Amino acid sequence: MPPARSWRAYPQTYRLEAARCSKCGKAFFPPRLVCNKCNGRQFEHFEMKHTGKVVTHTIIRTPSDEFSGQAPFALGIIQMDDGPRLTSQIVDLPFEELRIGMPVRLEFRRISSEGEAGAIHYGHKAVPVRI
Amino acid sequence: MRDVAVIGVGMQKWGELWEKSTRDIFVESALLAMDDAGVDSLDAMYIGSMSPGLFTSQEHLGSVMADYLGQKSIPSTRVESACASGGVAFRMAFMEVASGMHDIVLAGGVEKMTDVGGGDATHALATAADMQWEGVQGVTFPGLYAMMAVAHMDKYGTTREQLAAVAVKNHHNGTMNPRAQFRMEITVEGVINSTKVADPLNILDCSPITDGAAAVILVPADMVKKFKKPGVKVIGSGHATDTIALHDREDLTTLSAVTEAAEQAYKMSGKDTKDIDLAEVHDCFTIAEIIVSESLGLFERGKGGPAAEVGETSLKGRIPINASGGLKSKGHPVGATGVAQIVELTEQLRGEAGDRQVSSARVGLAQNMGGSGGSSVVHILEVM
Ligand SMILES: [Zn+2]
Repeated sequence: MPPARSWRAYPQTYRLEAARCSKCGKAFFPPRLVCNKCNGRQFEHFEMKHTGKVVTHTIIRTPSDEFSGQAPFALGIIQMDDGPRLTSQIVDLPFEELRIGMPVRLEFRRISSEGEAGAIHYGHKAVPVRI
Repeated sequence: MRDVAVIGVGMQKWGELWEKSTRDIFVESALLAMDDAGVDSLDAMYIGSMSPGLFTSQEHLGSVMADYLGQKSIPSTRVESACASGGVAFRMAFMEVASGMHDIVLAGGVEKMTDVGGGDATHALATAADMQWEGVQGVTFPGLYAMMAVAHMDKYGTTREQLAAVAVKNHHNGTMNPRAQFRMEITVEGVINSTKVADPLNILDCSPITDGAAAVILVPADMVKKFKKPGVKVIGSGHATDTIALHDREDLTTLSAVTEAAEQAYKMSGKDTKDIDLAEVHDCFTIAEIIVSESLGLFERGKGGPAAEVGETSLKGRIPINASGGLKSKGHPVGATGVAQIVELTEQLRGEAGDRQVSSARVGLAQNMGGSGGSSVVHILEVM
């Protein structure tokens, strides 16, 4: 990934910075300039809590070249407790324990070591919350 | 708006065409379409192509293809909407003829995907997703559709066997299509035991990497008698978008861009789902055909899987889907796919489809889709 592109995403990538529409209350991750529900343009930025639930999942066995060293790996859509949804790798559990509705927490990890610009790239990964 | 008809179609055999360049592949199919219509000059053309830059390091196909087709100087534009590029190119040509701007317009599509390796092709296709917020986590296209499949199976009880039934049916139809890339029968067990790609999808749930092109000629409906073949009228056209990221959709078990594009096309055509005699739909993955058949309104939500399993969508079923073999057997050169669907419908409605002819077909629907459903285009055609 080109350095400027990953630099621009720092506030979201490192602090999970999200935005809530001042008019209708819908929360977005990453922040947007226009609300896709009410067309509002005023937002309050906030740092998302790191907890959420798995909405759906898969196991990637045939990745693109950038992720070839990591396959197979689990991936899912996470419903964050603060409202937005996001896509995240799911780590630290055997594949057969992946479940819809499973509580997870986002942690910062290395995502890929060879991005398009050859830089180490960090981001969030979901880990199961043991109850 | 003027009424518009398809008056010529062209498509060469698809596959791994290592001996041919992108321009060879496109020009061969475009010439077949022009010969079918009996025209040797065009007023304008649109070429659907998703990513000639990443696949072959060549952009600016509008100029390349007009030049090599012997049509230098006409307005010629490449259209991009990921895997829906071909369907959208067809819509652009339809609107140009309907508006009265031009009379003889070619809509084509082309993709040359096998010049790069599998990993690079996977990456090029992944750019149709949200690269910043999905791609960064290592998402692939099979992965996105696999996540839809898991959600659909959880909500409706759709089974692994029902997914496989879609691939088995489309391969069977493809054995009767001389231009299909993979003309062999497969079995439910074969699909279920094939190499895993993104759970629960296996390699035989996925459409292949393909080189290929397709082209059609559109003219005003009142000019059809000047040409040598019967025309097929374009009676409905719809196009809609959805969020770029799959995770931003509230319901992962339906495709709202498909539903909205279909509603536009049904409304323009005055037709209803029960009037549709056959449909060519975007089966990039087996689960896609099931969800699309529901999103088009051809089946109730959750009934797409059982319908495929009991043969309602087979050639002799209630509503034959993908008589051509679909993307699964025919191949999926992404930018050409939407135009190839129009080629199939035209041949079916003219009664030229040979062994895979759907009997007494009068109205056909084509649905083409970009990315994980971030865009979709639907057309309805009728015999004249
Ligand atoms: Zn709002």
